[in-house]
Amino acid sequence: MPNLFVIFLGAILINNFVLTRFLGICPFLGVSRKVETAVGMSLAVVFVMTVASLATWTIQTYLLMPFGMLYLRTIAFILVIAVLVQFVEMVMLKATPTLYQALGVYLPLITTNCAVLGVTLINLNENYTLVESLVHGFAGAVGFGLAIVVFAGIRERLDYAPIPKALEGFPIALIVAGLLSMSFLGFQGLL
Amino acid sequence: MSSLRVFFRGLLDENPVLRLLLGMCPTLAVSTAALNGLGMGLAATAVLVASNILISLLRPVIPDKIRIPCYIVVIATFVTMVDLLMEAFVPGLHGVLGIFIPLIVVNCIILQRAEAFASKNGVFLSAIDGIGMGLGFTVALLILASVREVMGAGTFFGLALLPATFEPMKLMVSPPGAFIGLGLIIGLINYVQNQREVRRRA
Repeated sequence: MPNLFVIFLGAILINNFVLTRFLGICPFLGVSRKVETAVGMSLAVVFVMTVASLATWTIQTYLLMPFGMLYLRTIAFILVIAVLVQFVEMVMLKATPTLYQALGVYLPLITTNCAVLGVTLINLNENYTLVESLVHGFAGAVGFGLAIVVFAGIRERLDYAPIPKALEGFPIALIVAGLLSMSFLGFQGLL
Repeated sequence: MSSLRVFFRGLLDENPVLRLLLGMCPTLAVSTAALNGLGMGLAATAVLVASNILISLLRPVIPDKIRIPCYIVVIATFVTMVDLLMEAFVPGLHGVLGIFIPLIVVNCIILQRAEAFASKNGVFLSAIDGIGMGLGFTVALLILASVREVMGAGTFFGLALLPATFEPMKLMVSPPGAFIGLGLIIGLINYVQNQREVRRRA
């Protein structure tokens, strides 16, 4: 049990997917203009990453390993993720059309969110068990959500700040992300 | 469009990292040293050129509705090949780049070029586009990685560049340095662009 706790806290704070591992930077920069859309995006990513961890673990253990086809992991995993994202997209269109509109092009782009493929590959490299993979996938996504929501909060204020013209838009966003990442460095050595 | 223009567009005006802000994850993650940046850039370029060529060849065969999954399978195939080749011939670099080699699959640059260029143009132009965009990505990675390596470790491609009295800024090789370094570089480019515009109008 303590091991699970270490994985959980580690993925959220110490090895934060966005700020320390650099996974999922595109949606982090793209969908963080408003807190509301950031929250919606995080929820979608939490779902996709958790289910993807479950699905890829099963495929890896019962399909790829017994047949010695581990070299096909990249192709197999990305196809599973693409199908999952398609599914989430269809559910969202029916359940929350406004959020669907707000997320726009970034919803299908969860497929190419490196955090999702990244978490499945890390699970594989670390030889996590099924439960550990699930916890790691869920915690990684929560860490992603935490970073993107905090960042969106800062960016809403940033709109009213006087910023040098050359730094407007993405440059200042990147610098703010750097400061945020610096504060997350403070969690190193927590465990 | 002439092939020369296609080539230089990827390198300068539409530089994927510095102008279009695509492919940020590998850019920020592997740019701790110039050699890593160069290796990552060339690996991505190889995949980009190969996938651009194959996708423009398959253009008439792929049904429009399922084109994205088709592109992803093509890209993932080439990434797996590059992954295995690098593991065999440059194991050291392969170890340092780690999961970011299989993650080339989800590098937005490659899918974006497949969708925006290779699916609409001929084989020759698509190959040129792949080379241009790939080199643009490599150059951007090399700039950021050089800045970070020189400032954060005082070396360049592993060679000591600055005198021993230079105190390396550890921050630059740690994660925050990547964000701040890239932010300042893009800011500098915007500044130069703005100045040029002002001068043109005057």
